Amino acid sequence: MISRRLMLKTAGSAALGAAGGLAFSGLAARAAEIATLPFANGERPLVKYPGKRALIGQTARPPQLETPFSVFNEGLITPNDAFFVRYHLSDVPLDIDPAAYRIEVKGLVEKPVSLSLDALKSLHDPVEMVAVHQCSGNSRGFFEPRMGGGQLGNGAMGNARWKGVPLKAVLDKAGVKPGAVQVSFGGLDGPPLAETPDFAKALDIDHARDGEVMIAYAMNGEDLPWLNGFPVRLVVPGWYGTYWVKHLNEITVLDKPLDNFWMKTAYRIPDNDCACTEPGKPAEKTVPINRFKVRSFITSVMEGDKVQAEAPLKLRGIAFDGGSGIKEVAVSSDGGKTWQPTALGEDLGKYSFREWTATVKLAKGEHELRVRATSNEGKTQPEKQPWNPSGYMRNVIETTRVVAA
Amino acid sequence: MKFVSIKVLVVAAAAMLAGGYALADSYELPDETAEFRPGPGVELAQTNCTACHSADYINTQPPRMGASFWEAEVKKMKKTYGAPIEDADLKGIADYLSATY
Repeated sequence: MISRRLMLKTAGSAALGAAGGLAFSGLAARAAEIATLPFANGERPLVKYPGKRALIGQTARPPQLETPFSVFNEGLITPNDAFFVRYHLSDVPLDIDPAAYRIEVKGLVEKPVSLSLDALKSLHDPVEMVAVHQCSGNSRGFFEPRMGGGQLGNGAMGNARWKGVPLKAVLDKAGVKPGAVQVSFGGLDGPPLAETPDFAKALDIDHARDGEVMIAYAMNGEDLPWLNGFPVRLVVPGWYGTYWVKHLNEITVLDKPLDNFWMKTAYRIPDNDCACTEPGKPAEKTVPINRFKVRSFITSVMEGDKVQAEAPLKLRGIAFDGGSGIKEVAVSSDGGKTWQPTALGEDLGKYSFREWTATVKLAKGEHELRVRATSNEGKTQPEKQPWNPSGYMRNVIETTRVVAA
Repeated sequence: MKFVSIKVLVVAAAAMLAGGYALADSYELPDETAEFRPGPGVELAQTNCTACHSADYINTQPPRMGASFWEAEVKKMKKTYGAPIEDADLKGIADYLSATY
């Protein structure tokens, strides 16, 4: 017997061959090169997946791919083929028929609905928003002491222009009944064993109906890449990626908070102002992870780069926060002793990366460049990273060491 | 397993030739290549861990996390994620992991 997937692949390969031999086969993926993330045991293969350029291969099954940091200097929008990938469970959908795809809206609603992709698109005029998507554990590999989990550098983030339908329009279509507390979201990806808790996340009802949370069907003007949630995913602007459910096909209005492993045990942060504990210690009380902390990066020079001494050196980078927007970004070329302002670039919206630029002049020798963003709500980045048991929400002031000669 | 209809093939081929999003309804993940590090008990890890995830889930963890870390991880795989690990194998797997990683 020949499976449908295999047949389609065979047919596709033949047609592609005829059309000029584009390399689009899963078999083409080879780990030819190694990327080294700057922490112990940081060597990773660079891997090529269909529809993606060579990315940092964190894990193969389920797939987790990190964006090489140099991509963030290409522009404010992270290209689809470079966007990071993170799955929790290894039953990744490999066959999706867009014509048969349905999103079920059910639970505490007046009228459960089953929406095709066309029906979804016709519910509401398309809305567009540029928003950063960032993994809760982005940069986990830099924590000291180290903790288990995905050992990511700084590339489990990206900034895209999302297009879709407000979640509110979908909930209104079904009619949320009084007494609704949360809305839960499930996708096509699932566990390999029935005993493993299926991935589902929930937002409070008011958040779900804020008009900004979106069911996105396009990313940077194209269909969503397969591994980023084709054909539709949830976009929760300003919130960590765990809520951005991929391959979204199940929306359930609940009369009590979702009580599953992924809400109650995983993705929780210490319930205090710093979201931190004494290093190595568990938290006494926790809450679900939520909004991004403010972050900024230098993208135009990398750790260890050699630059020209006594000449203007243009620095460029990005900053973002959980949605208040970036008020200012400062840079230091003396390890944080003195700071100078930077110029902010085009404003693509309060959830987007914001570009900053500055010019510094360095004497001969080694220099610690630092960058520090302040958000419109007055939050800034810490000099020393607070610790938490899961390695979430890293946002320390970043340091890039360069040598001027 | 499903048989593919001629219609699906024709539609797929037509979309492909037109330059459309031809493979929009199927995806192929590359083969996984990571292997467990050799060491006493590696067979136990190969047998018990790979039903749910590739070996790089372990290979990428920070070095020398120690016995209590690996014991907790193995226990979590059984208790929380429902991995069908025999109680008798829990210690052997954790010993391999803490000695090898």
